[in-house]
Amino acid sequence: MAEESVVTDEMRAAIGTQSEPTVIEIEKGMIRKHAEAVEDPNPLWQDGEYARRARYGGMVASPGLLTCVMMMGQRVQLPFQLPFLRVLDGGGEWEFFQPIRPGDVLTVTNKLVNLRERTGKSGKMVFTITETTWKNQRDEVVARAQGTIIMY
Amino acid sequence: MSKQLYYEDVEVGTELPPLVKSPSSQQLVKWAGASGDYYQIHYDKDFAQGTGLPGIIVHGRLRASFMVQLMTDWIGEGGTLKKISCQQRGMDFPGEQLVCKGKVTKKYAENGEHFVECDIWAENPRGEKTAPGSAVVTLPSRG
Repeated sequence: MAEESVVTDEMRAAIGTQSEPTVIEIEKGMIRKHAEAVEDPNPLWQDGEYARRARYGGMVASPGLLTCVMMMGQRVQLPFQLPFLRVLDGGGEWEFFQPIRPGDVLTVTNKLVNLRERTGKSGKMVFTITETTWKNQRDEVVARAQGTIIMY
Repeated sequence: MSKQLYYEDVEVGTELPPLVKSPSSQQLVKWAGASGDYYQIHYDKDFAQGTGLPGIIVHGRLRASFMVQLMTDWIGEGGTLKKISCQQRGMDFPGEQLVCKGKVTKKYAENGEHFVECDIWAENPRGEKTAPGSAVVTLPSRG
């Protein structure tokens, strides 16, 4: 027997909705604090002699910087609420095209690309899949990500 | 930094040097501040238990950044991380060791670049793979 679906046609119609763009200015301190929190001592993520002589000619961010919530910008505003209280990070995939340097001004946008439903151990779960795109001040796509949020 | 890894140094099956992390609750607080993720399940035990968790848990995104470090440590300055994925399959708890591991699954040259693909994962002390994923890098070639 078919169970009642949590994800309605109205919700499905929101697939493709985009967020307002968010502008994020990359500062040395953000790059350094991220590396410190990860306890990643790679000298490429530091503002020192090593990075200046290295491939990028100066400090760059670890690609891991883009896993930070603060780099995600404004979420997609959905015209509905899901009947769940608990939220889990389902994981993500990040693709990197350009290095990120201090002084870069990134514009980030999010787009709802899919809604999926599954019945797990604790009942119904809804998977929200969002695509995030970061562009720099030269309008180059710096990175793109797909992230899954699980609500249950 | 250690000496540069080249495309010719790796074969399918080559294991990446493991990256061992032992995140403390203090490290989770540092991550909360650096990343902007202030969800209380990562530093407030009562709050975490109130949501049904056994205690505070390691941020999935911190673990994703550990997986990035696994790759950037291995490929060195001359390598480029092109793509990484990381599923959040299980929970890791502060005070427990979390070991990031990887293995080469494929290597190929395309458009003058030398690609290497890897399976990667994080493992807890019970040998469970809490964060399986994959990565694509390019490495310099001696050729």
